Amino acid sequence: MALLLKGARCIDPAVGLDAVSDVLVRDGVIVAVGEGLSLEKGVEVDLAGKVLVPGLVDMHVHLREPGQEYKEDIQSGGRAAARGGFTAVLAMPNTKPTIDNAAAVGFVVEKAAEVSRTRILVSGALTCGVKGESLTEMGDMVRGGAVAFTDDGRGVQDSGTMRRAMEYAKTFGVPVLSHCQLEDLVGSGVVNEGVASTRLGVAGWPAAGEEIQIARDIALSELTGCALHIQHITTAAGVALVRAAKAAGLPVTCEVTPHHLFLTEDDIDETYDTSLKMNPPLRTTADAKALAQALAEGTIDCIATDHAPHAAHEKALEFELAPFGTTGLETALALVLTELVATGALTWDALVERMAHAPRRILGCAPVTLAEGSVADLTVIDPELTWTVTREGFESKSANSAFIGRTLKGRASHVYVGGYASLDDGAVQ
Amino acid sequence: MGVLSTEHLLNIEDLSPEDIYAVLDTARSFKEVNERTVKKLPTLRGRTIVNLFLEPSTRTRTSFEIAAKRLSADGINFAASASATTKGESLVDTAQTLDAMDCDLVIIRHRYAGSPYILTRNMRAHVINGGDGKHQHPTQALLDMFTIREHFGHIEGLEVAIVGDIAHSRVFGSLAPGLTMLGAKVTAIAPPTLLPARPDTLGAAVSYDLDSVLGRFDVVYMLRIQQERIEQSPIPSLREYAQLYGINTARLARLKEGAIIMHPGPVNRGVELSSEAIDTARNLLLYQVNAGVAVRMALMFLLLGGDKDGLAA
Repeated sequence: MALLLKGARCIDPAVGLDAVSDVLVRDGVIVAVGEGLSLEKGVEVDLAGKVLVPGLVDMHVHLREPGQEYKEDIQSGGRAAARGGFTAVLAMPNTKPTIDNAAAVGFVVEKAAEVSRTRILVSGALTCGVKGESLTEMGDMVRGGAVAFTDDGRGVQDSGTMRRAMEYAKTFGVPVLSHCQLEDLVGSGVVNEGVASTRLGVAGWPAAGEEIQIARDIALSELTGCALHIQHITTAAGVALVRAAKAAGLPVTCEVTPHHLFLTEDDIDETYDTSLKMNPPLRTTADAKALAQALAEGTIDCIATDHAPHAAHEKALEFELAPFGTTGLETALALVLTELVATGALTWDALVERMAHAPRRILGCAPVTLAEGSVADLTVIDPELTWTVTREGFESKSANSAFIGRTLKGRASHVYVGGYASLDDGAVQ
Repeated sequence: MGVLSTEHLLNIEDLSPEDIYAVLDTARSFKEVNERTVKKLPTLRGRTIVNLFLEPSTRTRTSFEIAAKRLSADGINFAASASATTKGESLVDTAQTLDAMDCDLVIIRHRYAGSPYILTRNMRAHVINGGDGKHQHPTQALLDMFTIREHFGHIEGLEVAIVGDIAHSRVFGSLAPGLTMLGAKVTAIAPPTLLPARPDTLGAAVSYDLDSVLGRFDVVYMLRIQQERIEQSPIPSLREYAQLYGINTARLARLKEGAIIMHPGPVNRGVELSSEAIDTARNLLLYQVNAGVAVRMALMFLLLGGDKDGLAA
């Protein structure tokens, strides 16, 4: 099957491309990039005014299947990813039951092949049941398709266990993704410890509870040589730790979420909106500024959403009882375009690097570029489309977005995975 | 909307200084009623007031109950043990159920901060926050401000110390901003383990050393040390706490002339207050309890649409 994408502004810093160009795809692979390409037989799509980039990857999503399909499942999560402009996502293993063995990895891989055009990458649990105690059969899971290991949602508390897990993961050359939360210090904290916890009268989640774990895991990366990826980093001091680790040449990377970039603890007002209850929590304005700066300079490698769908009745509980998390797949790109690219804080090249190239590199996936021979995983963006985030407008099964009501400029219009459209002119396929 | 600029009292900062004075003035009239032999007014006859107490409380609930009865409202107690909340019913469901029964006013006490807002989003009734987690307890703050104002004749310019477990105190959460709003100067006194992260955001200065500042205050407001919190070890022992922060005979003697002691009750005798410090005439503990009924009557009256002129009825 042939596909000709005509007239988009094609941007890919990996091949030094930023020009209006045509892209010809045959059998899922890019066969030509250039001006004035034509097609005798196949599908031709006019993309004048659009921006075409290598397919975006979100390396941190909760698809909730198996076990909590009322919040999300592989199919609906895949659709939400397509709507948001992503060609691939990395599913977190803290499902019910946990993805901590090859059979469970196999379930997700097979289900995804059956129901999702979006590529569903799988991460396995670092420890059995995400309990932080015994190592999982990582070798078996890698053979079954797992590309990374993590106890996301909790973090391994015991340093000796974390060390062994990182050493063992190194056997297979896959990264360990770390949710940094020192439970002793964080306790029942639900918002940033400081102004928000005092004003709202709820237990605080201190920045130190995250930073101590980041420092520990960097030290363990140095000790073990294992590639370490810090998930959802939130503080200026945490960023400084990663910056120093990188300067020392350690294999350390990190991600930031749109909500930690674009919201702060000050947004949680007296209405106790549980959509703003996150783990880790929204931090200070100074932290958010430091995150945006670190993203621009490259200390923060990539943007990931930590897409965390929850049912309406769960988020309707008292703030201290409601579950943590916000959805993110369908708003991330538009937020980055509106808040960072349009303001000049992030270049288009940097957006492609942080949302397409870096996640693939961190996860050891084959690169996707706008060049002959690359797999045709492509995202097309309408940079002029202005739209408002509404509760009713999601492909996700859940509507617990922290950004309901925001008006954003720019949105994915087409997404191609292996040459097939998963999003066609704004419609999920 | 009635005399007050708000339909609900969820947070002390829902009230303007004018609102607070309106409540305190109205409460003064009701206090006189409470001194009569027949303490009942027909003012809220036919109105339904629900005490939704999802956390054990005897003192506060009783105070609201008496207030409702003295205004001839029909008061209903919806207690935690008798409710469906123990069977997994959510607060949203409870609110919608009560709403379907056409209540006029709901007083909620709950162990979770912000829960009164769930009620206002899910029912038509007026809502009074009777204490939500560690967040706010605005009616306590109002009765405290009433007490201070009746004693000194004013609040502006007074120096108020609030001493004790401030980190876990909803009383502090309402009283500190309330007093600050009316021009008093509030100092939180406790070791850092019993302080919230940023007391300044609630309008309070901080001291760790009671003895060095004690003589400065017109009001020394002692919070209850909750024995169950001690298990989390914010202080090494009640003994050391009493030594450092308790009001005893020696510290009584060093209070500023004319200074008063207050406490939201119930007191741990011998911990935050020695028996002498409880029984002294400078301790307005029981005056606060008495004022509580009048202040709650005033709030019910004002929120349910009364105005001061209607009091004559």
